[in-house]
Amino acid sequence: MDAKELYGKLKAFQEKKGYFFNSDTTMVMDLLEMLLVNKERYGHMACPCRLASGNYEMDRDIICPCTYREPDVAEYGACFCGLYTSKEWNEGKCPHRVVPERRPAEKVLAGLGLD
Amino acid sequence: MKKSVKVYALSTCIHCKHCKEFLDERDQAYDCVYVDKLTGDERKSAIDEIKKVNPGLSFPTVIVEGKVIVGFDKIEIERALED
Repeated sequence: MDAKELYGKLKAFQEKKGYFFNSDTTMVMDLLEMLLVNKERYGHMACPCRLASGNYEMDRDIICPCTYREPDVAEYGACFCGLYTSKEWNEGKCPHRVVPERRPAEKVLAGLGLD
Repeated sequence: MKKSVKVYALSTCIHCKHCKEFLDERDQAYDCVYVDKLTGDERKSAIDEIKKVNPGLSFPTVIVEGKVIVGFDKIEIERALED
């Protein structure tokens, strides 16, 4: 599968749930490509903007769409990596700010066996 | 004089990529460490260093002359570079 196919596969399904791809399509295609890189190296599509462990169970909360997408889009209009946004965010009706990391650092460390 | 800049990044991270492009456009030299590409002790020591300045362990973590900027916050990076 390539990024274009992945885009087509996800778009309508996610939009039905109220999550839209970022209006910056270049960024979206880059992110989808990186998700495929992670699929290749870890076996699952871990968020490209987070340090994954490669262990499915440990990475579960950051497999795209991650557990944090819902609260992030609700609060900031975009998820941490910026792949998914709200309609309002895409329409410029809410500020585009840096979305802070919501995932506890302990989870990163535990996944890497460094806790 | 150009400032010393360090970027802790992930090779797959879009914000890290944008951050590097921003620094490149400014002709600002920087040292970039791709933590996802490191293994073993090298990775451990990079993570220890990041944890000290950014306990949230997120990427990118940018250090401009000792000032830490978490995430690709263009305004904050600009400010630190111009300080």
